[in-house]
Amino acid sequence: MRKYTPKDNVQGKSYYTDRFWVAPRVPRMEVEEDSHFAAVLKALGRKAKESYVEIGTLVVHIDAKKVLEIIGILKEKCGYTQCSEQSAVDYLAQDGEFELFYQLLNITEAKRVRVVCRIKKGEAIESITPLFKSANFAEREMFDMFGIYVNNHPFLKRILMPDDWEGHPLLKTYPLHGDEFASWYEVDKIFGKEYRDVIGPENRDPSRIDRYDTKRFSRVGYEVPFGADISEGEKENPIEYSETILVDYTKDSGKQLDERR
Amino acid sequence: MAQHQVNYASAAGLPIALTSVDKLVNWGRSNSLWPLTYGLACCAIEMMASGASRYDFDRMGTIFRASPRQADVMILAGTLSKKHSEFARRLYDQMTEPKWVISMGSCANTGGMFNTYATVQGVDRIIPVDIYLPGCAPRPETLQYALMMLQKKIRRESANMNNNTKQNLRLV
Repeated sequence: MRKYTPKDNVQGKSYYTDRFWVAPRVPRMEVEEDSHFAAVLKALGRKAKESYVEIGTLVVHIDAKKVLEIIGILKEKCGYTQCSEQSAVDYLAQDGEFELFYQLLNITEAKRVRVVCRIKKGEAIESITPLFKSANFAEREMFDMFGIYVNNHPFLKRILMPDDWEGHPLLKTYPLHGDEFASWYEVDKIFGKEYRDVIGPENRDPSRIDRYDTKRFSRVGYEVPFGADISEGEKENPIEYSETILVDYTKDSGKQLDERR
Repeated sequence: MAQHQVNYASAAGLPIALTSVDKLVNWGRSNSLWPLTYGLACCAIEMMASGASRYDFDRMGTIFRASPRQADVMILAGTLSKKHSEFARRLYDQMTEPKWVISMGSCANTGGMFNTYATVQGVDRIIPVDIYLPGCAPRPETLQYALMMLQKKIRRESANMNNNTKQNLRLV
């Protein structure tokens, strides 16, 4: 995995100083007494391991094994009737763990809660589809992108990538241009592996200029016939300018103003 | 077509036009190019605009068909993802000969800005392309120009498609 460098404002900063630069954190506020969030935390009791408020959203860290129970309490007792998003963050290189989050919304109070838990690589999480139908697709996407298995999910299958895809693209270790399988996927599937040689590897730099390609490129002053072999070098053709079309600036052809305005 | 002066008295009063089979067949083919209604991404919006009344493809005899079996031009309009490449190739295979392909827009030509694991880096990896149409997205006029270039190409060809070498045409 490549080393992480903060990407914000890379233009404005010197390239080599960012190893000491620390990304600004969103301030974490204490939960105020007698607020709505205080009542939520009271309902959760000791199940909430750590809790704070970030930009008006209550963040609750919990044990991954109790996720269905805790989100059930939030839905039934605290009025969080919508699960707007559920996914994961890859912290495998840093901590060897995935961070899973559940964004919940209370419409009557206009409040949001983020339930956060961590699981190790290879561990599964309990599905919350019995509580929220919207989690069905979200959990499928999480499985597709991270390879996290979801227990008791009604239909755990890839949702974005093809069913026969290998690898989980949102992992930090997955290369942007795809691995070996991804780069030959369409060729293998349509024509078969033996056509790899015929079709050739993907051109990942379509704007590349080949110095010796005379089918697509031509050098001004060194024009050769289409498709000629110039690996040995080519003859220089003196550039001839038209007497009639282009203006010959060497002659005094321009009109000079008679007097300065 | 070569028009010949004929003696109407000897031809039973009928006007006669002499031509070659190639020209007659290609006249028919090039003036009734029926593309497949097949949009992949935002280029398809421009393709739809080209077909609608303002730009009016119909005046060139180009009418979009909803079935690959009735179409003879495939306009690949947009980003072709690897998941979908299989189906694009299947649609191409279902089209009857003779058939031509226009690759419309940067994404279809080279993968465009989607230089990622999930996008086919140029549809010519899976489908032989006749015309590469640059632009992001190309204007409807550009697509019309591409179609007219394709008409010109067809008129140059032999009516027997087996005699034609597959050659790609680039619009600059």
